[in-house]
Amino acid sequence: MTEPLLDIRNLSVTFRTEDGLVRAVDGVSATLQQGETLGIVGESGSGKSVTMMTVMRLITDPNATFEGEVYYKGVDLLALPQDQIRSIRGAGISMIFQDPMTSLNPVYKVGWQIAEQIREHEKISKQGARARAIELLTSVGIPNAAERVDNYPHEFSGGMRQRVMIAMAISCNPDVLIADEPTTALDVTIQAQILKLIRKLKSDYGTAVVLITHDMGVVADMADRIAVMYAGRIVEQGTQRELFYDPQHPYTWGLLGSIARLDRPRPRRLAAIPGQPPSLMRLPAGCAFAERCAYRFDACETQQPQLLDRLGTGHLDACLLSEQRKHAIRTRTVEPELVEETP
Amino acid sequence: MLAVLTFIVRRSLWTVVVMFVITVVVFFIFFKTPGVDPARALAGRDPSPQVLAEVRQQLGLNRPLWIQYGIMMKKIFITRNLVSYSDQGELIIPEIFAAAPITLSLVFGASVIWVVAAIVMGVAAARLRGTIYDPVLMILALIGLSTPVFWLGQVVILITQVKLHSSIFSWVQLGYTPLTQSPVKWFEGLIFPWITLSILYIGLYARVLRANLLEVQNEDYVRTARAKGLSERRVLLRHTLRTSMITFLSLFGLDFGALVGGGAILTEVVFGIHGVGFLTWESLTNLDLPTIMAVVIYGAFFIVLANALVDVAYAWIDPRVRPT
Amino acid sequence: MAAIAEQVSTTELRPAAAGRNPWALAWRRLRSNRIALAALGLFILIVVVCLAAPLYAHDLAHIGNPLSPNLNGTTVANGKVVPIMQEGGGILHLGETPIGPTWSLGHYFLGADGLGRDVASLVLYGGRASLQIGLASAVICCVVATVFALIAGFFGGLTDTILSRIMDIVWSFPVILLAICIATVLLTQPNGVKVGFLTIYATSLWVPTFIIALIYVPYVYRPVRGQVLSVVQKEFVEASIAQGASNFRLIFSEILPNVISTVIVLLPLITATNILTESALSYLSVGVQPPNVSWGTIIADGQDLLYTRPWVSLAPGIMIVLTVLALNVLGDGVRDALDPRAKLRVK
Ligand SMILES: Nc1ncnc2c1ncn2[C@@H]1O[C@H](COP(=O)(O)OP(=O)(O)OP(=O)(O)O)[C@@H](O)[C@H]1O
Ligand SMILES: [Mg+2]
Repeated sequence: MTEPLLDIRNLSVTFRTEDGLVRAVDGVSATLQQGETLGIVGESGSGKSVTMMTVMRLITDPNATFEGEVYYKGVDLLALPQDQIRSIRGAGISMIFQDPMTSLNPVYKVGWQIAEQIREHEKISKQGARARAIELLTSVGIPNAAERVDNYPHEFSGGMRQRVMIAMAISCNPDVLIADEPTTALDVTIQAQILKLIRKLKSDYGTAVVLITHDMGVVADMADRIAVMYAGRIVEQGTQRELFYDPQHPYTWGLLGSIARLDRPRPRRLAAIPGQPPSLMRLPAGCAFAERCAYRFDACETQQPQLLDRLGTGHLDACLLSEQRKHAIRTRTVEPELVEETP
Repeated sequence: MLAVLTFIVRRSLWTVVVMFVITVVVFFIFFKTPGVDPARALAGRDPSPQVLAEVRQQLGLNRPLWIQYGIMMKKIFITRNLVSYSDQGELIIPEIFAAAPITLSLVFGASVIWVVAAIVMGVAAARLRGTIYDPVLMILALIGLSTPVFWLGQVVILITQVKLHSSIFSWVQLGYTPLTQSPVKWFEGLIFPWITLSILYIGLYARVLRANLLEVQNEDYVRTARAKGLSERRVLLRHTLRTSMITFLSLFGLDFGALVGGGAILTEVVFGIHGVGFLTWESLTNLDLPTIMAVVIYGAFFIVLANALVDVAYAWIDPRVRPT
Repeated sequence: MAAIAEQVSTTELRPAAAGRNPWALAWRRLRSNRIALAALGLFILIVVVCLAAPLYAHDLAHIGNPLSPNLNGTTVANGKVVPIMQEGGGILHLGETPIGPTWSLGHYFLGADGLGRDVASLVLYGGRASLQIGLASAVICCVVATVFALIAGFFGGLTDTILSRIMDIVWSFPVILLAICIATVLLTQPNGVKVGFLTIYATSLWVPTFIIALIYVPYVYRPVRGQVLSVVQKEFVEASIAQGASNFRLIFSEILPNVISTVIVLLPLITATNILTESALSYLSVGVQPPNVSWGTIIADGQDLLYTRPWVSLAPGIMIVLTVLALNVLGDGVRDALDPRAKLRVK
């Protein structure tokens, strides 16, 4: 294995709030190789966005504290001074966000906004940057780009705006593209188009992608490796095959839910797991998922499970159940009882 | 283009309607307040019976209401021969027009000061959030907002004309000299009135701008701007401040209009600057109601006009509300 | 381990828990806001001190009627009996100048005004008038505006259009000119104005109170109406409509409780604005009329004495600044407590 492009080591993020400390990310480690797609899945509030925003150093909340390291090409991003992180943002690592409706500045033309980023990172004339913006808009599939470049964001539909965001994100040929739920705010047909676009970019430019999503179907299509997050921690991590064919953590079983069933249409959202995730202010001493887990036993309440390579194949999970027990449960039922079909 | 035209036409029509209603409201306040005899009110302090009769006759007070209204409007806008009964029949409208440049000088200078100072203060407070400077700046702004301008004027006079007049402020000659006559005197005479008038607005605008900056700072597009690798400075100036200026400028238009339309009266009175406000005040002390009526109508017109201009300018600086 | 030391602020923490009783939460936030509490304390102190005006004037200073001229009186300064109106004095040493501050409680502490009255007593009595007008007009203004806003927001349609347009027009008047207009018309009627069975005399404190209440109605109406509209659209009101509740009950038991926090946020801010407006009108001689005094009239009278006896103006001005500042700080605190992300703003 070569040195990973992005190496997140034991990252924790804590927010001070009125009611106490919120540990939004708790000891997360993950790597991203050149050209690879890493999928991050998990329920709302599990810390996916905070993790990746921390990588970009985009969390400006003065009440946040960070621990751990994030290495990009051997440099710890968390220790970099402001002006150096800036040259990485947008050029080395770029990010697109969930809501294309609000992610573009309403008072500037889209072409200007793309050109602004190019001119920040490269020595290029205004006209040159504008021409590049038109090229980029064409390459992300915006018809009539030469005219549209002078439109304001509100003159575009949601899907089109997300294309503009993508054009902007790839404008400086980044090594890593972080896509934070890029399709959640869009309707289904547009979603497929945007995903197709991301896949094309990946194959054209060899960009590594971190794809954050709620949608197991999306990661199944797109990701090479998958990390499952729960209450600020990674509870299972492995290749796409391993996760889908040999899931080890009861939470993953829950997420997969009915996806394993071939006789039903694939649900768009994560399967609903009964119960609520624990408050990030009062995390239990043991396994954070224990409360909602149908297979918990005494140790789960007291002992915090570590994310370990229990199978010896590089497939990590954080569940205390023995391999035999997991096996027994999974042969008895493909679809764990704790999963209820979303209506 | 057509949409822009219809927008402007619609806005102008509404402006005309508001102006009409304002004249009607003012007319009713002066002529139809229950229990008030309009002749008695308009004729000045302790009028003689002859004057009362003359007023009744000149303003057609025995004739139907709408004719009274018509006569009044004609005298204010068309023939411009409305006279003041307490001031030996002085023509009012030319007097207002003579005072207007003085008020404009005062308000213009003050507005330059307050815009610059408020932007500096608001941006500084927003940037220094989390440090002690932010609350200190905001308390200062609040003190500015809580100080009556006429009293502040007195304090300024006290300092520049009494306490420190023989030392650092010996050059200060409060009062108005036309700009065309002597720019230096114009500046020297108005600098302290400008500062006095601007304090309230500095406080107000700094607070509004800070709140707006903090609000915009949480917008997704500011995060995008950061994610693009822009410098904090550029993010602040080109993205955060640029959008915050939309609110700021529309407020500015309204306040500027309100001040020119009569709101500067307190500053003018305390410094004895003979602008439109001072004229109003003189009329007040003489209970010279025709002058007040004319000033109020012209002032309100100016404000309504400023409002309309702000709306058009708003569409110009915010592409989202631009008619297409 | 590399920990990034970001600047840590102790204020403005985000609430983490939602769904608790908002009033209890607000109260807890307000209680932990020391600056707002100090402002509340200061305001209460000012009110109490002004209420105690007779105590000071009669019992301490032994002044019969603090509002009546006292040109021939004497007082004690530095242990000596001195006349209140002193020959010469001032810059030009001409005419009579009232005595300056003695800084001795009960003996023309802040000096005398042009009529030989005790400025300290005047400031206390003037404070009563200013506070009364400010508070009463703020309450009247908020009640009237809220009623209009409830009606407009609830019934919508034509009612809403008409009410809102009227408010727009009142809004587009320069506030102070509008107040001047109404005040002057009333002042020209020496025998008072009869409205129905009611006679309002020009010298009554209610004249400035009502005028000020009226001109600020649109400033409260707008935000409250917006709030009413958003509440009306929420489901629980629809649910109540489905149950056939009467309009009256709906407005008062379903909508009002949900917009009242907006009004409460506005109340101290409007009171502050109104006290400032009262002082401005009084300064221009169209507010509080003699024989009553308010902070504004004292400052107006003090203008002539500015060069010789600045404390006549300084004292009431300082009181205005303190009062209005306290109310503004309190208003900010209340707003932050009730709605930390409030978009409400009052000029
Ligand atoms: N500035 C902040 N202050 C306090 N808590 C915060 C802050 N930002 C995030 N959090 C908390 O951190 C937790 C993780 O948030 P995050 O946005 O990473 O979730 P997510 O997995 O991206 O969820 P979603 O799928 O809804 O986007 C949440 O519980 C959130 O409330
Ligand atoms: Mg998220």
